[in-house]
Amino acid sequence: MNIRNVSLILNRELKSYFSSLTVYVVILMFLLMTGYFFYNLLATFSIVSFQAQTDPMLAKQYQLLNINETVIRPLFGSISIILLLMTPLLTMRLFAEEKKTGTIELLLTFPINDVDVVLGKYLACIVVLLTMVALTATYPILLIALGEPEVVPIITGYLGLVLIGAAAIALGIFTSSLTENQIVSASISFGMLFFFWLISYSVPLVSAGLGQVLGYLSINEHIASLSKGVVDSEDIIYYLCFIVLFLFLTLRSLETKRWR
Amino acid sequence: MIEVENLVKEYGEFRAIDNINFTVGKGEILGFLGPNGAGKTTVMRILTCFFPPTSGKAIVAGFNCFEDSLNVRKRIGYLPQKVPLYEDMKVHDYLRFVAAVKGTPAKEVNRKTAKVMDDCGLSDVSHKLISTISGGYKQRVGIAQALVNDPEVLILDEPTVGLDPKQIKEIRSLIKELAGRHTVILSTHILPEVSILCGRVIIINKGKLVAVDKPENLASENTKKMFLRISGNAQMIERELAATGGISSFEKEQVAGDACGFVVVFDDEKRGRQGIQSMIEKNNWDLLEMRPLETSLEDIFIKLVTKEEA
Repeated sequence: MNIRNVSLILNRELKSYFSSLTVYVVILMFLLMTGYFFYNLLATFSIVSFQAQTDPMLAKQYQLLNINETVIRPLFGSISIILLLMTPLLTMRLFAEEKKTGTIELLLTFPINDVDVVLGKYLACIVVLLTMVALTATYPILLIALGEPEVVPIITGYLGLVLIGAAAIALGIFTSSLTENQIVSASISFGMLFFFWLISYSVPLVSAGLGQVLGYLSINEHIASLSKGVVDSEDIIYYLCFIVLFLFLTLRSLETKRWR
Repeated sequence: MIEVENLVKEYGEFRAIDNINFTVGKGEILGFLGPNGAGKTTVMRILTCFFPPTSGKAIVAGFNCFEDSLNVRKRIGYLPQKVPLYEDMKVHDYLRFVAAVKGTPAKEVNRKTAKVMDDCGLSDVSHKLISTISGGYKQRVGIAQALVNDPEVLILDEPTVGLDPKQIKEIRSLIKELAGRHTVILSTHILPEVSILCGRVIIINKGKLVAVDKPENLASENTKKMFLRISGNAQMIERELAATGGISSFEKEQVAGDACGFVVVFDDEKRGRQGIQSMIEKNNWDLLEMRPLETSLEDIFIKLVTKEEA
Protein backbone atom coordinates (compact mmCIF):
# COMPACT_ATOMS: atom_id res chain seq x y z
CA MET A 1 0.00 0.00 0.00
CA ASN A 2 1.24 3.44 -0.89
CA ILE A 3 -0.43 6.37 0.88
CA ARG A 4 0.39 8.82 -1.91
CA ASN A 5 -1.22 6.64 -4.57
CA VAL A 6 -4.28 6.02 -2.43
CA SER A 7 -4.73 9.74 -1.93
CA LEU A 8 -4.25 10.42 -5.65
CA ILE A 9 -6.99 7.97 -6.55
CA LEU A 10 -9.12 9.28 -3.68
CA ASN A 11 -8.82 12.86 -4.91
CA ARG A 12 -9.59 11.97 -8.48
CA GLU A 13 -12.65 9.97 -7.49
CA LEU A 14 -13.88 12.76 -5.26
CA LYS A 15 -13.55 15.32 -8.04
CA SER A 16 -15.38 12.95 -10.28
CA TYR A 17 -18.15 12.40 -7.71
CA PHE A 18 -18.73 16.05 -7.05
CA SER A 19 -18.55 17.09 -10.69
CA SER A 20 -21.46 14.84 -11.58
CA LEU A 21 -25.09 15.41 -10.79
CA THR A 22 -25.61 11.94 -9.31
CA VAL A 23 -24.12 12.67 -5.91
CA TYR A 24 -26.15 15.83 -5.44
CA VAL A 25 -29.37 14.09 -6.37
CA VAL A 26 -28.60 11.15 -4.10
CA ILE A 27 -27.79 13.47 -1.19
CA LEU A 28 -30.91 15.56 -1.83
CA MET A 29 -33.17 12.51 -1.92
CA PHE A 30 -31.48 11.11 1.16
CA LEU A 31 -32.09 14.31 3.08
CA LEU A 32 -35.70 14.55 1.91
CA MET A 33 -36.42 11.00 3.03
CA THR A 34 -34.63 11.24 6.36
CA GLY A 35 -36.17 14.67 6.92
CA TYR A 36 -39.62 13.22 6.31
CA PHE A 37 -39.03 10.51 8.91
CA PHE A 38 -37.65 13.03 11.36
CA TYR A 39 -40.60 15.35 10.94
CA ASN A 40 -43.10 12.54 11.47
CA LEU A 41 -41.33 11.13 14.49
CA LEU A 42 -41.05 14.54 16.06
CA ALA A 43 -44.65 15.50 15.25
CA THR A 44 -45.93 12.25 16.74
CA PHE A 45 -43.79 12.84 19.81
CA SER A 46 -45.12 16.31 20.36
CA ILE A 47 -48.78 15.32 19.85
CA VAL A 48 -48.44 12.40 22.25
CA SER A 49 -46.68 14.59 24.81
CA PHE A 50 -49.57 17.06 24.72
CA GLN A 51 -52.09 14.26 25.18
CA ALA A 52 -49.99 12.76 27.96
CA GLN A 53 -50.38 15.94 29.96
CA THR A 54 -54.01 14.97 30.51
CA ASP A 55 -53.62 11.20 30.38
CA PRO A 56 -50.79 9.85 32.58
CA MET A 57 -51.55 6.23 31.55
CA LEU A 58 -50.70 7.02 27.98
CA ALA A 59 -47.38 8.47 28.99
CA LYS A 60 -46.46 5.31 30.85
CA GLN A 61 -47.50 3.09 27.99
CA TYR A 62 -45.66 5.04 25.39
CA GLN A 63 -42.38 5.25 27.30
CA LEU A 64 -42.87 8.86 26.58
CA LEU A 65 -40.92 11.76 27.87
CA ASN A 66 -37.82 10.00 26.62
CA ILE A 67 -36.94 11.68 23.37
CA ASN A 68 -34.04 9.29 22.80
CA GLU A 69 -36.34 6.28 22.78
CA THR A 70 -39.19 7.71 20.75
CA VAL A 71 -37.46 9.98 18.26
CA ILE A 72 -33.74 9.42 18.01
CA ARG A 73 -33.59 5.64 18.06
CA PRO A 74 -36.30 5.11 15.41
CA LEU A 75 -34.71 7.91 13.40
CA PHE A 76 -31.36 6.12 13.32
CA GLY A 77 -33.16 2.92 12.31
CA SER A 78 -34.83 4.70 9.37
CA ILE A 79 -31.67 6.50 8.30
CA SER A 80 -29.76 3.23 8.27
CA ILE A 81 -32.33 1.62 5.96
CA ILE A 82 -32.33 4.66 3.67
CA LEU A 83 -28.54 4.43 3.58
CA LEU A 84 -28.80 0.83 2.43
CA LEU A 85 -31.11 2.06 -0.32
CA MET A 86 -28.84 4.88 -1.44
CA THR A 87 -25.31 3.48 -1.28
CA PRO A 88 -25.63 1.18 -4.33
CA LEU A 89 -26.32 4.33 -6.35
CA LEU A 90 -23.03 5.77 -5.14
CA THR A 91 -20.92 2.65 -5.57
CA MET A 92 -22.27 1.31 -8.85
CA ARG A 93 -20.08 3.55 -10.97
CA LEU A 94 -16.77 2.95 -9.19
CA PHE A 95 -15.49 0.12 -11.39
CA ALA A 96 -18.38 -0.53 -13.78
CA GLU A 97 -18.03 2.91 -15.37
CA GLU A 98 -14.29 2.49 -15.85
CA LYS A 99 -14.89 -0.84 -17.51
CA LYS A 100 -17.54 0.57 -19.79
CA THR A 101 -15.45 3.52 -20.92
CA GLY A 102 -12.23 1.51 -21.02
CA THR A 103 -10.36 3.77 -18.60
CA ILE A 104 -9.74 0.68 -16.46
CA GLU A 105 -7.17 -0.38 -19.03
CA LEU A 106 -5.07 2.69 -18.31
CA LEU A 107 -5.77 2.60 -14.59
CA LEU A 108 -4.57 -0.98 -14.23
CA THR A 109 -1.48 -0.38 -16.35
CA PHE A 110 -0.39 2.61 -14.24
CA PRO A 111 2.40 1.67 -11.84
CA ILE A 112 0.16 1.37 -8.78
CA ASN A 113 -1.05 -1.63 -6.83
CA ASP A 114 -4.63 -2.81 -7.06
CA VAL A 115 -4.91 -2.31 -3.29
CA ASP A 116 -4.25 1.41 -3.73
CA VAL A 117 -6.88 1.65 -6.44
CA VAL A 118 -9.52 -0.16 -4.39
CA LEU A 119 -8.76 1.77 -1.20
CA GLY A 120 -8.71 5.11 -3.03
CA LYS A 121 -12.09 4.47 -4.57
CA TYR A 122 -13.49 3.07 -1.34
CA LEU A 123 -12.36 6.04 0.72
CA ALA A 124 -13.75 8.49 -1.85
CA CYS A 125 -17.15 6.90 -1.43
CA ILE A 126 -16.70 6.98 2.35
CA VAL A 127 -16.16 10.74 2.11
CA VAL A 128 -19.47 11.05 0.27
CA LEU A 129 -21.09 8.90 2.95
CA LEU A 130 -19.66 11.10 5.71
CA THR A 131 -21.00 14.16 3.93
CA MET A 132 -24.46 12.65 3.73
CA VAL A 133 -24.48 11.51 7.32
CA ALA A 134 -23.03 14.79 8.58
CA LEU A 135 -25.84 16.71 6.90
CA THR A 136 -28.40 14.79 8.95
CA ALA A 137 -26.80 16.22 12.11
CA THR A 138 -29.28 19.09 11.79
CA TYR A 139 -31.96 16.81 13.27
CA PRO A 140 -30.23 15.97 16.57
CA ILE A 141 -28.91 19.53 16.81
CA LEU A 142 -32.49 20.74 16.57
CA LEU A 143 -33.48 18.28 19.30
CA ILE A 144 -30.63 19.40 21.54
CA ALA A 145 -31.68 23.00 21.02
CA LEU A 146 -35.33 22.26 21.85
CA GLY A 147 -35.11 19.49 24.43
CA GLU A 148 -32.67 17.58 26.52
CA PRO A 149 -31.79 14.33 24.78
CA GLU A 150 -28.90 12.17 25.93
CA VAL A 151 -25.89 12.95 23.77
CA VAL A 152 -23.98 9.66 24.07
CA PRO A 153 -26.56 7.54 22.17
CA ILE A 154 -26.54 10.19 19.45
CA ILE A 155 -22.80 9.91 19.04
CA THR A 156 -22.76 6.11 19.11
CA GLY A 157 -25.78 6.12 16.80
CA TYR A 158 -23.80 8.11 14.30
CA LEU A 159 -20.92 5.68 14.68
CA GLY A 160 -23.41 2.94 13.81
CA LEU A 161 -24.64 4.82 10.73
CA VAL A 162 -21.11 5.32 9.44
CA LEU A 163 -20.29 1.66 10.03
CA ILE A 164 -23.40 0.32 8.30
CA GLY A 165 -22.85 2.74 5.42
CA ALA A 166 -19.20 1.77 5.14
CA ALA A 167 -20.18 -1.90 5.08
CA ALA A 168 -22.76 -1.28 2.35
CA ILE A 169 -20.16 0.63 0.33
CA ALA A 170 -17.68 -2.24 0.59
CA LEU A 171 -20.32 -4.59 -0.75
CA GLY A 172 -21.22 -2.10 -3.47
CA ILE A 173 -17.66 -1.61 -4.66
CA PHE A 174 -17.40 -5.39 -4.95
CA THR A 175 -20.50 -5.69 -7.12
CA SER A 176 -19.23 -2.81 -9.23
CA SER A 177 -16.05 -4.75 -9.92
CA LEU A 178 -18.08 -7.68 -11.24
CA THR A 179 -19.67 -6.00 -14.21
CA GLU A 180 -19.40 -3.16 -16.69
CA ASN A 181 -23.07 -2.38 -16.32
CA GLN A 182 -23.89 0.04 -13.52
CA ILE A 183 -27.54 -1.05 -13.30
CA VAL A 184 -26.47 -4.68 -12.89
CA SER A 185 -24.04 -3.64 -10.16
CA ALA A 186 -26.71 -1.64 -8.31
CA SER A 187 -29.24 -4.46 -8.64
CA ILE A 188 -26.87 -7.02 -7.16
CA SER A 189 -26.00 -4.59 -4.36
CA PHE A 190 -29.67 -4.01 -3.55
CA GLY A 191 -30.32 -7.74 -3.58
CA MET A 192 -27.42 -8.58 -1.32
CA LEU A 193 -28.02 -5.68 1.08
CA PHE A 194 -31.68 -6.59 1.40
CA PHE A 195 -30.66 -10.17 2.06
CA PHE A 196 -28.37 -9.03 4.86
CA TRP A 197 -31.11 -6.76 6.13
CA LEU A 198 -33.98 -9.24 6.09
CA ILE A 199 -32.00 -12.31 7.09
CA SER A 200 -33.08 -11.81 10.72
CA TYR A 201 -36.72 -12.35 9.66
CA SER A 202 -36.04 -16.06 9.38
CA VAL A 203 -34.67 -16.29 12.90
CA PRO A 204 -38.00 -17.48 14.47
CA LEU A 205 -38.39 -20.10 11.75
CA VAL A 206 -35.14 -21.98 12.27
CA SER A 207 -33.45 -23.80 15.15
CA ALA A 208 -31.99 -21.72 17.94
CA GLY A 209 -28.37 -22.27 16.89
CA LEU A 210 -28.91 -21.35 13.27
CA GLY A 211 -31.15 -18.51 14.38
CA GLN A 212 -28.29 -17.07 16.39
CA VAL A 213 -26.01 -17.24 13.36
CA LEU A 214 -28.59 -15.58 11.10
CA GLY A 215 -29.22 -12.94 13.71
CA TYR A 216 -25.53 -12.24 13.92
CA LEU A 217 -25.20 -11.97 10.13
CA SER A 218 -27.98 -9.41 9.88
CA ILE A 219 -26.52 -6.06 8.93
CA ASN A 220 -28.98 -3.84 10.84
CA GLU A 221 -29.19 -5.90 14.05
CA HIS A 222 -25.77 -4.58 14.94
CA ILE A 223 -26.68 -0.93 15.02
CA ALA A 224 -29.51 -1.55 17.49
CA SER A 225 -27.31 -1.44 20.57
CA LEU A 226 -25.15 1.34 19.13
CA SER A 227 -28.21 3.59 18.80
CA LYS A 228 -28.99 2.82 22.45
CA GLY A 229 -25.60 4.18 23.42
CA VAL A 230 -23.97 0.78 23.96
CA VAL A 231 -20.71 0.18 22.14
CA ASP A 232 -20.24 -3.57 21.90
CA SER A 233 -17.00 -4.79 20.32
CA GLU A 234 -18.99 -7.62 18.73
CA ASP A 235 -20.88 -5.11 16.59
CA ILE A 236 -17.81 -3.15 15.61
CA ILE A 237 -16.01 -6.37 14.68
CA TYR A 238 -18.98 -7.47 12.59
CA TYR A 239 -18.84 -4.34 10.46
CA LEU A 240 -15.06 -4.35 10.17
CA CYS A 241 -15.09 -7.99 9.05
CA PHE A 242 -17.86 -7.22 6.56
CA ILE A 243 -15.82 -4.34 5.10
CA VAL A 244 -12.54 -6.27 4.94
CA LEU A 245 -14.23 -9.29 3.39
CA PHE A 246 -15.81 -7.34 0.56
CA LEU A 247 -12.75 -5.21 -0.13
CA PHE A 248 -10.77 -8.44 -0.30
CA LEU A 249 -13.31 -9.94 -2.71
CA THR A 250 -13.04 -6.78 -4.83
CA LEU A 251 -9.29 -7.26 -5.10
CA ARG A 252 -9.75 -10.89 -6.07
CA SER A 253 -12.33 -9.90 -8.64
CA LEU A 254 -9.92 -7.39 -10.20
CA GLU A 255 -7.26 -10.06 -10.25
CA THR A 256 -9.42 -12.62 -12.03
CA LYS A 257 -10.19 -9.95 -14.63
CA ARG A 258 -6.49 -9.93 -15.34
CA TRP A 259 -6.41 -13.67 -15.67
CA ARG A 260 -9.24 -14.03 -18.09
CA MET B 1 14.41 -3.48 -24.89
CA ILE B 2 11.46 -5.75 -25.53
CA GLU B 3 11.70 -9.50 -25.81
CA VAL B 4 8.75 -11.71 -26.57
CA GLU B 5 9.17 -15.46 -26.48
CA ASN B 6 6.65 -18.11 -27.50
CA LEU B 7 3.80 -15.90 -26.43
CA VAL B 8 0.38 -17.53 -26.34
CA LYS B 9 -2.91 -16.06 -25.15
CA GLU B 10 -6.11 -18.02 -25.07
CA TYR B 11 -9.56 -16.67 -24.29
CA GLY B 12 -11.31 -19.89 -23.32
CA GLU B 13 -11.15 -22.06 -26.42
CA PHE B 14 -10.10 -19.24 -28.70
CA ARG B 15 -6.40 -18.78 -29.27
CA ALA B 16 -5.96 -15.03 -29.78
CA ILE B 17 -2.20 -15.15 -30.23
CA ASP B 18 -0.25 -18.22 -31.10
CA ASN B 19 3.42 -18.62 -30.37
CA ILE B 20 4.70 -15.16 -31.19
CA ASN B 21 8.40 -14.30 -30.95
CA PHE B 22 10.08 -10.98 -31.58
CA THR B 23 12.51 -8.51 -30.09
CA VAL B 24 12.70 -4.75 -30.26
CA GLY B 25 15.95 -2.86 -29.80
CA LYS B 26 16.44 0.38 -27.90
CA GLY B 27 15.26 3.46 -29.78
CA GLU B 28 13.55 1.46 -32.47
CA ILE B 29 10.06 2.11 -33.83
CA LEU B 30 8.36 -1.17 -34.47
CA GLY B 31 5.18 -1.34 -36.51
CA PHE B 32 2.61 -3.92 -35.65
CA LEU B 33 0.53 -4.63 -38.66
CA GLY B 34 -2.47 -6.86 -39.07
CA PRO B 35 -6.11 -6.89 -40.02
CA ASN B 36 -8.71 -6.25 -37.33
CA GLY B 37 -8.83 -9.11 -34.86
CA ALA B 38 -5.33 -10.29 -35.68
CA GLY B 39 -4.20 -10.09 -32.07
CA LYS B 40 -2.36 -6.75 -32.07
CA THR B 41 -4.20 -5.39 -29.05
CA THR B 42 -3.79 -8.66 -27.17
CA VAL B 43 -0.01 -8.53 -27.57
CA MET B 44 0.02 -4.92 -26.40
CA ARG B 45 -2.14 -5.69 -23.38
CA ILE B 46 0.31 -8.39 -22.36
CA LEU B 47 3.26 -6.04 -22.81
CA THR B 48 1.53 -3.40 -20.69
CA CYS B 49 0.72 -5.98 -17.98
CA PHE B 50 -3.02 -5.53 -18.34
CA PHE B 51 -3.29 -9.30 -18.37
CA PRO B 52 -0.75 -12.11 -18.34
CA PRO B 53 -0.12 -14.47 -21.26
CA THR B 54 -1.45 -18.02 -21.14
CA SER B 55 2.10 -19.18 -21.73
CA GLY B 56 5.36 -17.74 -22.95
CA LYS B 57 7.43 -14.85 -21.73
CA ALA B 58 7.38 -11.11 -22.30
CA ILE B 59 10.23 -8.94 -21.07
CA VAL B 60 10.06 -5.16 -21.22
CA ALA B 61 12.99 -2.96 -20.21
CA GLY B 62 14.61 -5.93 -18.52
CA PHE B 63 11.63 -6.91 -16.37
CA ASN B 64 9.22 -9.76 -16.79
CA CYS B 65 5.71 -8.46 -17.49
CA PHE B 66 4.09 -11.07 -15.31
CA GLU B 67 6.47 -11.47 -12.38
CA ASP B 68 7.67 -7.89 -12.15
CA SER B 69 4.64 -6.07 -13.44
CA LEU B 70 5.07 -2.95 -11.32
CA ASN B 71 8.60 -2.37 -12.60
CA VAL B 72 7.46 -2.77 -16.18
CA ARG B 73 4.53 -0.43 -15.66
CA LYS B 74 6.87 2.23 -14.27
CA ARG B 75 8.78 2.22 -17.54
CA ILE B 76 6.04 2.23 -20.13
CA GLY B 77 3.62 4.71 -21.59
CA TYR B 78 0.51 3.19 -23.06
CA LEU B 79 -2.10 4.56 -25.40
CA PRO B 80 -4.95 2.07 -25.61
CA GLN B 81 -7.19 1.87 -28.60
CA LYS B 82 -10.10 4.36 -28.61
CA VAL B 83 -8.19 6.48 -26.04
CA PRO B 84 -10.09 5.98 -22.81
CA LEU B 85 -9.76 9.16 -20.72
CA TYR B 86 -11.54 10.52 -17.67
CA GLU B 87 -13.84 12.81 -19.58
CA ASP B 88 -15.05 14.61 -16.47
CA MET B 89 -11.57 16.06 -15.85
CA LYS B 90 -9.85 19.07 -17.31
CA VAL B 91 -6.88 18.38 -19.58
CA HIS B 92 -4.23 19.71 -17.22
CA ASP B 93 -5.83 18.13 -14.15
CA TYR B 94 -5.91 14.81 -15.92
CA LEU B 95 -2.28 14.99 -17.02
CA ARG B 96 -1.21 16.07 -13.55
CA PHE B 97 -3.06 13.11 -12.10
CA VAL B 98 -1.37 10.70 -14.52
CA ALA B 99 2.06 12.23 -13.91
CA ALA B 100 1.65 11.84 -10.15
CA VAL B 101 0.27 8.32 -10.38
CA LYS B 102 3.24 7.38 -12.52
CA GLY B 103 5.51 8.37 -9.70
CA THR B 104 6.65 11.86 -10.70
CA PRO B 105 7.89 13.67 -7.58
CA ALA B 106 5.30 16.20 -6.39
CA LYS B 107 7.38 19.29 -7.16
CA GLU B 108 8.07 18.15 -10.73
CA VAL B 109 4.49 17.29 -11.61
CA ASN B 110 3.61 20.79 -12.80
CA ARG B 111 6.78 21.20 -14.84
CA LYS B 112 6.45 17.81 -16.54
CA THR B 113 2.79 18.38 -17.28
CA ALA B 114 3.49 21.79 -18.80
CA LYS B 115 6.26 20.33 -20.93
CA VAL B 116 4.20 17.45 -22.27
CA MET B 117 1.27 19.76 -23.02
CA ASP B 118 3.66 21.96 -24.94
CA ASP B 119 5.13 19.01 -26.86
CA CYS B 120 1.75 17.67 -27.80
CA GLY B 121 0.22 21.05 -28.67
CA LEU B 122 -2.32 20.99 -25.87
CA SER B 123 -1.65 24.37 -24.28
CA ASP B 124 -4.73 25.90 -25.95
CA VAL B 125 -7.12 23.41 -24.38
CA SER B 126 -5.41 22.86 -21.05
CA HIS B 127 -8.32 24.32 -19.06
CA LYS B 128 -11.06 22.57 -20.98
CA LEU B 129 -12.97 19.48 -19.90
CA ILE B 130 -11.81 16.44 -21.82
CA SER B 131 -15.42 15.67 -22.77
CA THR B 132 -15.63 18.97 -24.65
CA ILE B 133 -12.49 18.80 -26.79
CA SER B 134 -12.32 17.34 -30.30
CA GLY B 135 -11.23 13.83 -31.20
CA GLY B 136 -7.87 15.03 -32.42
CA TYR B 137 -7.16 16.75 -29.13
CA LYS B 138 -8.33 13.70 -27.18
CA GLN B 139 -5.87 11.59 -29.13
CA ARG B 140 -3.14 14.05 -28.22
CA VAL B 141 -4.14 13.96 -24.56
CA GLY B 142 -3.86 10.18 -24.86
CA ILE B 143 -0.37 10.45 -26.27
CA ALA B 144 0.54 13.11 -23.72
CA GLN B 145 -0.47 10.87 -20.81
CA ALA B 146 1.65 8.09 -22.29
CA LEU B 147 4.63 10.43 -22.56
CA VAL B 148 4.32 12.34 -19.33
CA ASN B 149 6.72 10.23 -17.27
CA ASP B 150 9.27 10.11 -20.09
CA PRO B 151 8.97 6.32 -20.37
CA GLU B 152 11.60 4.10 -21.94
CA VAL B 153 8.98 2.19 -23.89
CA LEU B 154 5.92 3.58 -25.61
CA ILE B 155 3.12 1.30 -26.67
CA LEU B 156 0.60 2.94 -28.96
CA ASP B 157 -2.45 1.04 -30.11
CA GLU B 158 -3.69 2.54 -33.36
CA PRO B 159 -2.64 6.09 -32.52
CA THR B 160 -4.07 7.74 -35.63
CA VAL B 161 -7.48 6.12 -35.90
CA GLY B 162 -10.34 8.56 -36.29
CA LEU B 163 -8.28 11.64 -37.00
CA ASP B 164 -8.49 13.92 -39.99
CA PRO B 165 -5.58 13.97 -42.46
CA LYS B 166 -3.99 17.06 -40.94
CA GLN B 167 -4.12 15.65 -37.44
CA ILE B 168 -2.77 12.31 -38.67
CA LYS B 169 0.20 14.13 -40.11
CA GLU B 170 0.82 15.98 -36.85
CA ILE B 171 0.57 12.86 -34.71
CA ARG B 172 2.89 11.01 -37.06
CA SER B 173 5.54 13.69 -36.90
CA LEU B 174 5.17 13.69 -33.13
CA ILE B 175 5.78 9.94 -33.02
CA LYS B 176 8.66 10.25 -35.44
CA GLU B 177 10.34 12.72 -33.08
CA LEU B 178 10.13 10.18 -30.30
CA ALA B 179 12.34 7.66 -32.06
CA GLY B 180 15.81 7.33 -30.60
CA ARG B 181 14.92 8.58 -27.15
CA HIS B 182 12.09 6.11 -26.71
CA THR B 183 11.45 2.62 -27.93
CA VAL B 184 8.09 2.63 -29.65
CA ILE B 185 5.70 -0.12 -30.62
CA LEU B 186 2.71 1.01 -32.58
CA SER B 187 -0.07 -1.03 -34.05
CA THR B 188 -2.03 -0.04 -37.06
CA HIS B 189 -3.95 -1.39 -39.98
CA ILE B 190 -3.05 1.63 -42.06
CA LEU B 191 -0.18 0.47 -44.21
CA PRO B 192 1.46 3.70 -45.38
CA GLU B 193 1.77 4.68 -41.73
CA VAL B 194 4.19 1.82 -41.22
CA SER B 195 6.45 2.76 -44.11
CA ILE B 196 6.48 6.38 -42.93
CA LEU B 197 7.16 5.73 -39.28
CA CYS B 198 8.65 2.37 -38.60
CA GLY B 199 12.13 0.98 -38.89
CA ARG B 200 10.78 -2.51 -38.74
CA VAL B 201 7.43 -4.16 -39.30
CA ILE B 202 5.81 -7.19 -37.82
CA ILE B 203 2.86 -8.56 -39.68
CA ILE B 204 0.50 -10.76 -37.74
CA ASN B 205 -2.64 -12.47 -38.86
CA LYS B 206 -5.03 -14.64 -36.87
CA GLY B 207 -2.64 -14.56 -33.93
CA LYS B 208 0.33 -15.85 -35.87
CA LEU B 209 3.46 -14.02 -36.91
CA VAL B 210 3.55 -13.80 -40.70
CA ALA B 211 6.60 -11.65 -41.40
CA VAL B 212 9.21 -9.49 -39.69
CA ASP B 213 11.32 -7.13 -41.74
CA LYS B 214 12.08 -3.57 -42.70
CA PRO B 215 9.28 -2.03 -44.74
CA GLU B 216 11.58 -1.42 -47.73
CA ASN B 217 12.84 -5.02 -47.71
CA LEU B 218 9.34 -6.33 -47.59
CA ALA B 219 8.51 -4.14 -50.57
CA SER B 220 11.54 -5.10 -52.69
CA GLU B 221 11.01 -8.80 -52.17
CA ASN B 222 7.88 -8.45 -54.17
CA THR B 223 7.74 -8.67 -57.95
CA LYS B 224 7.54 -5.59 -60.18
CA LYS B 225 4.35 -4.27 -61.63
CA MET B 226 3.77 -2.07 -64.66
CA PHE B 227 0.84 -0.29 -66.20
CA LEU B 228 0.45 -0.43 -70.01
CA ARG B 229 -1.89 1.51 -72.28
CA ILE B 230 -2.01 0.22 -75.83
CA SER B 231 -4.31 1.10 -78.71
CA GLY B 232 -5.37 -2.06 -80.49
CA ASN B 233 -7.69 -5.01 -80.33
CA ALA B 234 -8.16 -5.99 -76.72
CA GLN B 235 -8.56 -9.71 -77.31
CA MET B 236 -5.47 -9.86 -79.52
CA ILE B 237 -3.40 -7.99 -76.99
CA GLU B 238 -4.55 -10.34 -74.26
CA ARG B 239 -3.61 -13.34 -76.38
CA GLU B 240 -0.18 -11.90 -77.16
CA LEU B 241 0.50 -10.94 -73.54
CA ALA B 242 -0.32 -14.45 -72.42
CA ALA B 243 2.23 -15.77 -74.89
CA THR B 244 4.98 -13.36 -73.86
CA GLY B 245 7.70 -14.71 -71.59
CA GLY B 246 8.73 -13.04 -68.32
CA ILE B 247 5.18 -12.06 -67.39
CA SER B 248 3.66 -13.91 -64.49
CA SER B 249 0.20 -12.42 -64.74
CA PHE B 250 -1.75 -9.50 -66.17
CA GLU B 251 -5.10 -7.91 -65.66
CA LYS B 252 -7.24 -5.74 -67.86
CA GLU B 253 -7.96 -2.27 -66.51
CA GLN B 254 -10.71 0.12 -67.53
CA VAL B 255 -9.28 3.20 -69.22
CA ALA B 256 -10.90 6.16 -70.95
CA GLY B 257 -11.09 6.22 -74.77
CA ASP B 258 -10.77 3.19 -77.06
CA ALA B 259 -7.31 2.14 -75.89
CA CYS B 260 -6.80 -0.85 -73.62
CA GLY B 261 -5.17 -0.73 -70.22
CA PHE B 262 -3.34 -3.58 -68.55
CA VAL B 263 -1.55 -4.09 -65.28
CA VAL B 264 1.28 -6.49 -65.91
CA VAL B 265 3.20 -8.34 -63.22
CA PHE B 266 6.68 -9.48 -64.22
CA ASP B 267 8.60 -12.37 -62.86
CA ASP B 268 11.54 -11.54 -65.15
CA GLU B 269 11.33 -7.85 -65.85
CA LYS B 270 13.91 -7.61 -68.64
CA ARG B 271 12.50 -10.44 -70.70
CA GLY B 272 9.00 -9.20 -70.17
CA ARG B 273 9.81 -5.68 -71.35
CA GLN B 274 11.50 -6.99 -74.48
CA GLY B 275 8.58 -9.28 -75.18
CA ILE B 276 6.11 -6.42 -74.92
CA GLN B 277 8.24 -4.25 -77.15
CA SER B 278 8.49 -6.84 -79.91
CA MET B 279 4.81 -7.71 -79.61
CA ILE B 280 3.88 -4.07 -80.19
CA GLU B 281 6.24 -3.69 -83.16
CA LYS B 282 5.01 -6.92 -84.72
CA ASN B 283 1.35 -5.98 -84.56
CA ASN B 284 1.88 -2.33 -85.34
CA TRP B 285 0.04 -1.14 -82.23
CA ASP B 286 0.61 2.16 -80.54
CA LEU B 287 2.12 2.08 -77.09
CA LEU B 288 0.46 5.06 -75.42
CA GLU B 289 1.70 4.64 -71.89
CA MET B 290 4.07 2.46 -69.91
CA ARG B 291 4.78 3.25 -66.30
CA PRO B 292 6.01 1.24 -63.33
CA LEU B 293 3.57 0.78 -60.47
CA GLU B 294 5.01 0.97 -57.04
CA THR B 295 4.40 -2.16 -55.06
CA SER B 296 2.90 -1.00 -51.85
CA LEU B 297 2.95 -2.60 -48.48
CA GLU B 298 -0.71 -3.14 -49.13
CA ASP B 299 0.07 -5.71 -51.79
CA ILE B 300 2.63 -7.46 -49.67
CA PHE B 301 0.29 -7.46 -46.77
CA ILE B 302 -2.57 -8.93 -48.74
CA LYS B 303 -0.22 -11.41 -50.34
CA LEU B 304 1.23 -12.54 -47.02
CA VAL B 305 -2.08 -12.65 -45.27
CA THR B 306 -3.89 -14.50 -48.03
CA LYS B 307 -0.97 -16.88 -48.55
CA GLU B 308 -1.30 -17.76 -44.92
CA GLU B 309 -4.96 -18.55 -45.38
CA ALA B 310 -4.54 -20.61 -48.54
